[in-house]
Amino acid sequence: MPRLSYRRALTRALADEMTRDESVVVLGEDIRVAAANVTTGLVKKFGPERVRDTPLSEQAFTSFATGAALAGARPVVEFQIPSLLFLVFEQIVNHAHKFPLMTGGQCAVPVTYLVPGSGSRTGWAGQHSDHPYALFAHVGVTTVVPATPADAYGLLVSAIRCDDPVVVFAPAGALDLREDVADPAPVPLGRGVVRRAGDDVTVVAVGHLVHEALAVAEELAGQASVEVFDPRTLYPFDWDGLVDSVSRTGRLVVVDDGNRSCGIAGEIIATVVERVRLAAPPRRVTRPDGAVLPFAPALDRAVQPGRDQLTAAIQLTLKDG
Amino acid sequence: MTGPDPAALYRTVRLIRRFEERAIELVDAGEIVGGIHPYLGQEGIAAGVCAALTAGDLVTGTHRGHGHVLAKGADPARMLAELCGRVTGLNRGRGGSMHAADFGVGVLGANAIVGAAGAILTGAVWERRRRGTDLVGATFFGDGAVNEGMLLEAFNLAALWRVPVLFVCENNGYATTMPVAGAVAGTIAGRAEAFGMPATAVDGQDPETVRAAAAAAVARMRAGGGPELIEAHTYRFDAHHTFEHRVRLDYRPPQEVADGRSRDPVEIAGGRLDPATRAEIDASVEAVLAAAVDFALAGPHPDPATALDHLYASGLTARTGGG
Repeated sequence: MPRLSYRRALTRALADEMTRDESVVVLGEDIRVAAANVTTGLVKKFGPERVRDTPLSEQAFTSFATGAALAGARPVVEFQIPSLLFLVFEQIVNHAHKFPLMTGGQCAVPVTYLVPGSGSRTGWAGQHSDHPYALFAHVGVTTVVPATPADAYGLLVSAIRCDDPVVVFAPAGALDLREDVADPAPVPLGRGVVRRAGDDVTVVAVGHLVHEALAVAEELAGQASVEVFDPRTLYPFDWDGLVDSVSRTGRLVVVDDGNRSCGIAGEIIATVVERVRLAAPPRRVTRPDGAVLPFAPALDRAVQPGRDQLTAAIQLTLKDG
Repeated sequence: MTGPDPAALYRTVRLIRRFEERAIELVDAGEIVGGIHPYLGQEGIAAGVCAALTAGDLVTGTHRGHGHVLAKGADPARMLAELCGRVTGLNRGRGGSMHAADFGVGVLGANAIVGAAGAILTGAVWERRRRGTDLVGATFFGDGAVNEGMLLEAFNLAALWRVPVLFVCENNGYATTMPVAGAVAGTIAGRAEAFGMPATAVDGQDPETVRAAAAAAVARMRAGGGPELIEAHTYRFDAHHTFEHRVRLDYRPPQEVADGRSRDPVEIAGGRLDPATRAEIDASVEAVLAAAVDFALAGPHPDPATALDHLYASGLTARTGGG
């Protein structure tokens, strides 16, 4: 079975959709030389008109993509750095996201914002290490965080085909993954998946943390049966899929690489406790409130959710109630 | 229309003038909530620029945008219904004064964030050109927008990629209450020139002067030229926003207002017509607007249960906010 790397899954999704649909164009900084190692080979195959290297004008090219979408294109905008999303938050939220409602349904804005390398890349410090997916879930922009190469392919394809704006966070912590994928296929937006079945507790893990959760579940296998739920899409969230899992296990732990206050973990816990009577208080493992990742590697790691924290949270939840 | 047509130009100017006056009556009557940013005094710019465009060309406007939408050809009745928040409005009552849009006539929306629409229009024109059309676009903005980074970034992108966008600066002297002298270092035309864009300053009170300048720029752009800027000097006859009708803000000397109002685009355009033609147009505009008011006020209010309609083009349904 062919091995597919996470990065090449993204490349293949872009190439396949550009081949399938002339309206797909890609915009971004240094994409002609694939500086983020995702747009590799696209200029040669599709030309500089459809693979448009941009000046450092994030606000303008993000809104340029909105306009192109209003005129019929399906642009994919690549951002090399997750924190650039703060710079273009206005363009995405106030324009791309609001146009369909504000115009009374006169238009669609099918733009995909792709961030290859979100979260910590270790050593890239305060302004290059954010993981702001919860911001987009908060404002109601479709937000996906693929954990595996197959999902990276499938969710990016679905994002490009979606008639609404979609932000695709490809976590730096997952970019080096490879897996056997016979036939990459679209993955529906808004559908989670149980990565490991278990009976005692449901662990919801976002993005690269899915693999941490699976490792912890394996370590705890002698003590507890841990179910790992990968939401894949954070907005719209697969609430029914998660409620189904937690209804069986009765316990919930969330591990989330976002900041704690108003993070996605808080929303997940709130929604589950609205719908399920839990056997024990739920717990969450997140970045601290207001986290800014410090430079030194030990400090960088210290503010990211860790395996030990997750293990402790699971054990506490199992002990309570 | 690309050549001079004084009667058509006057009709558009007069339509916008009377539309705004009728809209202010509806603000006062409580039928338009949230107020409006009247375009009074600036009508010649939208009328002149849009007279130089064809039906397929694209336009974006501003929070002071009624004139742009009307001049590009939107139905005044559906526009007024939109201002009144009715389902019969251009945006089904979802946009209101500041977001009126009519994609059917190439209006990709009034946009209420200053300086934001230039890049949007640049992308839209680029995509339509990529599809083999020869259309162009015009994006309107005020003097306040020339200090917004995203507009200057849009100047750069349009010039760099030679996207035929006419950047139309309506310089009415004030960004809300801030005078140009207190806000703009250098010049407005100089900003365009820095990006290699031709810039033309015109008398924005004369609709024919604006039309002629726009037509020349559009002809160059349609023949393969890059973007251009027109700085139209104008004067806002009324308030920044109708809230000023209740709260007096002291920022324009009375003599300046009187001088500004003395050069009225309606009189300048109307003075070129024989009185009979002018009277005929006036009567026709009155009839159109009387019907528009009736249409607007007869339109149903939206059902609150539909408040989230059109939030997602994909058909996604949002969770509601109740417990």
